[in-house]
Amino acid sequence: MIGELNKAFESRVRLGIMSILMVNDSVDFLTLKEMLQVTDGNIASHLTALEKHQYIEVKKQFIGKKPNTSYSVTALGKKAFTEHLDALEKLIKISN
Amino acid sequence: MSKEQEQINAIQDMRKLMERSSRFLSLSGLSGVAIGVFALMGVAALYLKLDIHPLRKEYQTIIDATSPSMSDETFQFIMLDALLVLIASLAAGTIMSINRSKKLNLPSWDGAAKRLVINLMIPLTSGGFLCLIFIQKGQLEMLAPLTLIFYGLALVNASKYTVDEIRNLGILQIILGLLAAWQPDFGLLCWAIGFGILHIGYGLFIHTKHQS
Repeated sequence: MIGELNKAFESRVRLGIMSILMVNDSVDFLTLKEMLQVTDGNIASHLTALEKHQYIEVKKQFIGKKPNTSYSVTALGKKAFTEHLDALEKLIKISN
Repeated sequence: MSKEQEQINAIQDMRKLMERSSRFLSLSGLSGVAIGVFALMGVAALYLKLDIHPLRKEYQTIIDATSPSMSDETFQFIMLDALLVLIASLAAGTIMSINRSKKLNLPSWDGAAKRLVINLMIPLTSGGFLCLIFIQKGQLEMLAPLTLIFYGLALVNASKYTVDEIRNLGILQIILGLLAAWQPDFGLLCWAIGFGILHIGYGLFIHTKHQS
């Protein structure tokens, strides 16, 4: 059972990022940071890791003259996260 | 903390984040109470000015803008009264919700708040323009039912982006609006119940339920 848990989600911050992106079409960096209340460097490293797994997509654009980076979940990411949640649920049920 | 408790906590955290990031949860219940009071004051002013009794069947004939009994001054009073209630209500809802989000340490103008406002404004402005058209045609008895119906539709539409109770409040407003259209003599009474009493009731309910 433990084998089903996805190593890529083994962090509070990554679980948080995925949770927020699952229910929103696209979220920018600042909003993610405010929601999760972690530092720039910390969240950036987790975002990069999730991006490497191709679980999230990054979109960089300019709003006026300000650069804006927004993130959204990929189909692969959705599938992986759902499987991870199912595994978590099973784990809790068994130990109960 | 056991491994299992840790996982349960992680799941609870995720639930909270999902809800907080997709819904505007700082909607102030007390602002609902304030809006209800403004609405009742507005209606009371109108009853006094027009000198009618809420339960007597004469509202429709008195409010008829094409009849000679409707003076310019009365017409202006009705418009000013409605405008004041609208402005006071918008101000109370906005300011008190911003204060509440500050108190809860949540962002007051994030994606969820924007979606709430946009989805509220689409039916609301359509209804507003329709009301202006009816005012221009002098059919003032249409204002009570139309504002109730379109406000109700706006609430139902926006309820996905804020606290759930808003949906039922919207449905009740729509029903009252239809009643007001069916029995125009009780239009103002339905309006007082919808915008006044229901706002106060739901406002108190939301305030006590979401206080923690």
